[in-house]
Amino acid sequence: MQWGSLEQFLAMGGYGFYVWGSYVVCAGVIGAEILALRQRRRAALAEARRVTSTTGRPA
Amino acid sequence: MSSVTTRPGFSLFRYAAPNVFYPIAGRMVPLFAVLAAVLAAVGLYIGFFMAPTDAQQGDSYRIIYIHVPSAWMAMFLYVTMAFWAGVGLVFNTRLSSMMAQAIAPTGALMAFISLWTGALWGRPTWGAYWVWDARLTSTLILLFLYLGFIALQAAIDDKRRADKAGAVLALVGAINVPIIYFSVKWWNTLHQGASVKPGSSSMADIMLTGMLLMVFAFWTYAIAAVLVRLRAIILERERRAQWVIDAGRQGTL
Repeated sequence: MQWGSLEQFLAMGGYGFYVWGSYVVCAGVIGAEILALRQRRRAALAEARRVTSTTGRPA
Repeated sequence: MSSVTTRPGFSLFRYAAPNVFYPIAGRMVPLFAVLAAVLAAVGLYIGFFMAPTDAQQGDSYRIIYIHVPSAWMAMFLYVTMAFWAGVGLVFNTRLSSMMAQAIAPTGALMAFISLWTGALWGRPTWGAYWVWDARLTSTLILLFLYLGFIALQAAIDDKRRADKAGAVLALVGAINVPIIYFSVKWWNTLHQGASVKPGSSSMADIMLTGMLLMVFAFWTYAIAAVLVRLRAIILERERRAQWVIDAGRQGTL
């Protein structure tokens, strides 16, 4: 391991802005996709349950 | 009434039925999600703590651990999307078209990540965030093809017609994928050539190991995300089908 301290790790040899700018945005958009997927699943389930509850039970 | 027709013998077409695939996909999601998390943790540990600083590019090269996986997945997902859209068009199998629709947003996400990380890698390496270079421009077109596919599908109310129109767009746009891949060979571009080739690689082993682990992490993440979206699309489209109503009453949706 070449990092002597947390400061060195965050500095990334002077490329901190580019490296962390890449990783933070990557994590952010993946996190946003996961939240959007959770929301879409919930909405689809709620709509399916609504349809089920308004459909008459088979005799 | 059950809509499942069970016939003796094994048939792959059985799995093309949304009601059969829905629970299978549901069981696969946690498996791939956990795999993605573990692979990413190990890959990033190797990439940041075991792999040394690059002799030429310093630590800026560490962007490679997300840049190359996202770029590969953007191309791979496009081919997969066009394939399933094409299968849906030819065989009229609705699950195939739903699969294509489920892939598109994750593919667009991967194209965006590859462009964003590429810009932030290009600035310290080439001196510019963006150049109208063959590799970069064709990847931007890939992002627009994904967005065009999503917009076209959203614009047409009749789902099956939307599937057909989307399939034509996806298949025509597929010509862009070999253009991206070979752009660094065909044109004189700023973007470097392939560092990883079957049988030979210009990267240090430890860097390559970290990068390949991240490729598998992105791959398994994409599978999990696409399957979750596919299940939502199946529910959205088939909410009036008897199997959804039955499963809803049994609490197995």
